[in-house]
Amino acid sequence: MFELRDLHVHYDMIHAVKGISLRVEQGEVVALIGANGAGKSTSLRTAAGLKKPTSGQVLLRGEDVTAATAQKRVALGLSLVPEGRHVFTGMTVRENLELGAYLRRDSAGIAQDLEGVFAYFPILKSRQRQAAGTLSGGEQQMLAMGRALMSRPEILLLDEPSMGLSPLLVGEIFDIIAKISKAGTTILLVEQNAMKALRLADRAYVMENGRIAATGTGADMLDSEEVKKSYLGGA
Amino acid sequence: MDVFLQQLINGLSLGSIYALVALGYTMVYGIIKLINFAHCDLYMVGAYIGYLCMTHAGLGFFPSLLLSMAGCMLLGVLIEKIAYKPLRNAPRISLLITAIGMSLLLEYGMMFFFSPNVRTYPPMTGLMARSFTVGGVLLSMQQVVIWLITLALMLLLQYLVHRTRAGRAMRAVSLDKDAARLMGIDIDATISYTFAIGSALAGAAGMLVGVYYNTINPLMGVLPGLKAFVAAVVGGIGIIPGAMAGGYLIGIVEVLVSGYGFSMYRDAIVFALLILILIVRPAGLLGKHEGEKV
Repeated sequence: MFELRDLHVHYDMIHAVKGISLRVEQGEVVALIGANGAGKSTSLRTAAGLKKPTSGQVLLRGEDVTAATAQKRVALGLSLVPEGRHVFTGMTVRENLELGAYLRRDSAGIAQDLEGVFAYFPILKSRQRQAAGTLSGGEQQMLAMGRALMSRPEILLLDEPSMGLSPLLVGEIFDIIAKISKAGTTILLVEQNAMKALRLADRAYVMENGRIAATGTGADMLDSEEVKKSYLGGA
Repeated sequence: MDVFLQQLINGLSLGSIYALVALGYTMVYGIIKLINFAHCDLYMVGAYIGYLCMTHAGLGFFPSLLLSMAGCMLLGVLIEKIAYKPLRNAPRISLLITAIGMSLLLEYGMMFFFSPNVRTYPPMTGLMARSFTVGGVLLSMQQVVIWLITLALMLLLQYLVHRTRAGRAMRAVSLDKDAARLMGIDIDATISYTFAIGSALAGAAGMLVGVYYNTINPLMGVLPGLKAFVAAVVGGIGIIPGAMAGGYLIGIVEVLVSGYGFSMYRDAIVFALLILILIVRPAGLLGKHEGEKV
């Protein structure tokens, strides 16, 4: 479904991602965890086409999209919810959601997906006419996720969806990610909240200094002493 | 009172022209954060295309207007592709210097190929040459045409920006480029589209000014361009209604100052106004002070 093969990414002189390989199968939830600066976000940005890799390959639904534009990847069914949400603050909630469906022409399907997004996030429905910049952090995260869903993605890349949210909201966001997964969307999730991510994920990769340090099922990783010590705060 | 009304009407015509040019500055700034110094020369080129159409090709006013808009649109897009696009990831100062170079190239290229001489637009005939007095105020058909065309173009622009897919893409790109790419928006195409619209408006302004003031020359864009830029900043750079408001404000102030006998100080007063407004409202009249949202 989705694969990164021996991916290397540089920011000027900094070698941020040092040859990672990972794959996500159809219908899976895969978590990518690791400390700040391990290269998780860079990997996702490269997967979405915002950043060019130095070498390696990005494969999406059997196609090599390493050289493809971000636009092409959205058309092929990849959607990234970026770190920090990046909603269009000067536009209304409704306009943000409509932009999510920018490449689509099937107005009936778009209307249907809009209702679907409102079902996941009822608060967005009541705030449709409000400028996105006036939403709270949690609402902006919901909007960013809803906007990404509007492209009807095959695979959804989520970059730190719980960052800066209250524990209550974090739980809510994770519940919705589980629902999105149940509805058939494949998910690659980058998270600092490793415990929550591992509980939700079928499989997980641990990144350390730009490399994959460990991999296994979510449950295995939760049991692993090594992972516990490094990423789940001891205990 | 009559003097005031008369000058207000004249100011509205000049303001229309500044507003049209200011729109191009503000749109391009909004999307690639570049002060496109060559923009004022597109206005000059528009005036020349209109002139050639009306004199050599013998076309009427409206066909000439459309051709000068189309010609400027093409030239604007071409300039962006050749001069600015290769610098997309370069420091902004490089882009700015390139824009200044492009401006000089257009000005002195025009002198080289068409001579630096002043050219005179053919006098208007028929309905366009008419004028009438309303309540002691002289109103020429040309002024009415300028207002109406400007108004129509502004309405069209509002429609394009707010009601079309491409317009929505333009707003998205100007707000957040990365997020726009994640929506599947083609950034390069959107930038070209922005240059096309802005340049067409400058072409229209050039043609209108040719008809209104009769004479054109290769450096005619310099000062009006500067004032239109001021208008864009006064209104709040990057904000479309701001450019419109700023354009009319500067046009009206300039004409009123001249009308009451201070034409010597006309430009000084316009720029003093800029400084004053920016001291009180640094983001411009319609600009918002955007605090970082965490």
